[in-house]
Order: sequence, then structure tokens, then C-alpha cells
Amino acid sequence: MEAKRRLIDDNGLRLDGRKWNELRPIKMEVGNLKNADGSAYIEFGKNKIVAAVYGPREVHPKHEVIADRALVRARYHMAPFSVDERKNPAPSRREIKISKVIKEALEPAIIVTDYPRTAIEVFVEILQSDGGSRCAGIDAASLALADAGINMRDMVVGVSAGIIDDQVVLDLDDSEDKEGSGDMPVAFLPNLNQVTLLQVDGIYTREKFQKAFELAIEGGRRVYEMQRKALNDKFFGGAPQVVAAEGGEA
Amino acid sequence: MPGDVIASGDFRYGSYIEKRGDQYVALRLGLAEVSSDGIRLNPLTGPYLPRVEDQVVGKVIDAPGFGWVVDINSCFTGYLPASFVFGRDFSPATHDLSTKFVVGDIMGARIESFERARDPQLSIRGPGLGKITSGVIIKMSPTRVPRLIGKRGYMVNMVSSLTNCDLKVGQNGVVVVAGPEEGVAKVAQVISMIENEAQGADLTRNVQDFLGGGEQVGSQA
Repeated sequence: MEAKRRLIDDNGLRLDGRKWNELRPIKMEVGNLKNADGSAYIEFGKNKIVAAVYGPREVHPKHEVIADRALVRARYHMAPFSVDERKNPAPSRREIKISKVIKEALEPAIIVTDYPRTAIEVFVEILQSDGGSRCAGIDAASLALADAGINMRDMVVGVSAGIIDDQVVLDLDDSEDKEGSGDMPVAFLPNLNQVTLLQVDGIYTREKFQKAFELAIEGGRRVYEMQRKALNDKFFGGAPQVVAAEGGEA
Repeated sequence: MPGDVIASGDFRYGSYIEKRGDQYVALRLGLAEVSSDGIRLNPLTGPYLPRVEDQVVGKVIDAPGFGWVVDINSCFTGYLPASFVFGRDFSPATHDLSTKFVVGDIMGARIESFERARDPQLSIRGPGLGKITSGVIIKMSPTRVPRLIGKRGYMVNMVSSLTNCDLKVGQNGVVVVAGPEEGVAKVAQVISMIENEAQGADLTRNVQDFLGGGEQVGSQA
């Protein structure tokens, strides 16, 4: 039987040279797709993801209309060339499940009651996959929603934590996800401090669970700052935002 | 940005802002203005949501019998009841809808009523409203329309006089420009300029410079 390879070396560095609490390099751009109402592109390590938002728009089929609020739909899809071996482009069980959790992670942030009888559709297209794509997809989708000008209570941030070599680490890549012993994708609303997605895979002690969760939140706050910068770059040309305040605390 | 606290205290506040405790939180990406009068958030992006009294430019997409269904560049379609055009004695047996509007016609209309459970109802009673028979349609972001109109219509009047074009600006982001070809092209460029520089401070002057109307600079705030 093949010996399990070590994912953290003697210096405490992971296979790609990161420390336990380090994120992969992240790049975000907003508004790349002209035909979508809102869009974003994200590179999260080797993940390359495009998110597009259409709506609010008419609901089809009509029987799915909700009288007092918007219907939120999300589609997570991996391109056939996004992984080493060709992936069948038809939606797999995993993609249907991830579409559902992305929808449920984004919906609490959207003020759906502002858009009765309409549909808000979010498409997350994975061009290149390297573990943690649902979280990166949520980050991109949240940017695309803000770009589309949909009323939101807060942005949504997703980051995963997990366990490799019996140690809690932040932001697992594909090999760590496959060879590690636990993965915990978390999405939350950073200003409201509300969790909208928490999935756990693996066996955790109470302490490790707590540590992984807190690490994901802490990493998510760093991602949130990058989201802000990406929006700032597009809409304000990177200039600092100044709010003039009189008669109150701004 | 969505979720940002704009200010805390006691203020009057407008659309796209939510009050949480004593904090005022932005719901959209935009520019916030805080003054003793209250808090305003001018969104930089977003769809057009109809409001009563808005003037819009729409396209007839259906005439199902008792009125016209109008695309008003929104997630809701407008409905212009035939009785608003023919009068109270409208009867489908005696009046022919196609004498007034047919599918494909463009109209200037006003949002007469809008409630969450129903699509907005339109009216064409009012100056400058009704069928639009000539012009070029230019679409822009509905959030930038106030910049095209300007304070008390300053910008739109200036663009109109400097290009010799007649502009019908719908608050839904649809603009109909009628006039000489060269003027229409200039208006299209001005609209694209407004879309790209809407948050800039010198927009009015830039537009004046672009249209070569430097001497007409007024005292616009």
C-alpha cells in the first residue's frame, strides 16, 4: 500500500509553500460581461471563475412566480475543460447540490421583497477548478450581484478551512481537499456577522471545529477587503471614497 | 457598498438605505450624501424600478384587446388601458386599438399607478407624451438619467440646444433623439460620456467643452 504523502513539511509549509493561515493569491474583476446585468471574474489560486447575474427579470415558467418577492436561481457549472479529465457538461449531482447551496448562501443577502414577481438568476461558471470553487464562486456571484445593482443587505463572502495532517488550515486547494481529512466551506455576511453556508466534511473535535470555523471567518474578512477593492476599482477608479457628513457621525 | 454603514444618529433617509438600530446602512453600490437634511444614496448601477409620476419611453409589445402592453425597460411591463386613450366610453366593439398604437410603436408615457401586486399602469395624458414617430433610440443606465437631465433640466436643455436635437428622456433609461444625423451622433457620445463619468465633478463643463459650447456656460451648481 502506498504511503500517504505529507501535506505540511517540517517548516510548517504546505505543498504550495503557504502557511497554515494563508490564502491563495486572489484576483478579482467586476463587470467583464457586457450582456449580463452584473458580472465578475475571480482567480482564487488556480480556480478561474466567471459569475453573471441577470435580473430582476420576468419569471419563466410563469407558474414559478412568487407574488411577494423575487425568485432567486443559481447555477453552478463546471466547464468540460475545467478539470484534468473532460467533465461531462450535463449538470452532475454535485453541481446541482452546489447550485442549491450557492443559492441559499446568496439569498439571505438579497432583499427579495423589493422585486416581487421577478427572477434574479445567478450563473457561476467554473473555467478552471482547483478546490474551494464553491466559495470562490460565491465571492464572484456576490460581486456580480452588487454590480447588477440589486438591493442587498450585505456582501457575501465564502472561504473554506479544513484539516490536513491533523492540523487546521485555511483555504484548501484541490490536492489538500482530496488528501486531507476534512473540508469546511463557510459563507457569511461580513457586516451582519451571519453565516449563510456551513458545510463540514470529515471528523472534527469540538476544538478543531471551532478553530477551523474562526479561521474561515478571519480569512473571509480578508477576502471581503479584496471584494471592496474590486468594486472600488470599477466604480470609483480606485479613488478613496469620501462621505461628507454633517450633523452626525459618518 | 451594500452593507456599509453610511452614518449613525438621527436622520431622514431615502431609497436604498436601511436603518439598523441607529445606523444607516447602504443597500446598493453608490455615492452617499449626508447632510443635516438627511441621507441620500445615489446608486451607480441597477435596474429601473417604476415609480408613480415617472416619465418613461416604452415600446408596444402586445395589444391584447383592452389596452396595450408596453416594454418600459424594466422587470415589469407597463399597461396602457385603452380607456385612457379613447375615453371612458371605450368599447372593443366600436374602437379599433390599431388606430392609436400598433405593436412596435414607441411612446412617451407617465407611470399612472404602480403597486407591488400589479404591473405599472401607464398614461399618455400630459405634455410631450404619446406616440413618438421619429428619432433614434439610445439606451443608458437608468441610474445615470438624473445626470443627463441635470438640475432643473439644465444638462438636457444644454445638450439639446448645442446639438439642435430634440431629446425625450425616459427615467427608465431610454432616450429618443430626433434631429440632424451629426447631432444625434454627438448626443450618443455625450450619453456614453455621462455613463462613464457620472460621478465626476466637472461633468457639465466636460460636456460643454465636448459640444463646443464653452461660451454658454451658465451658473449651474
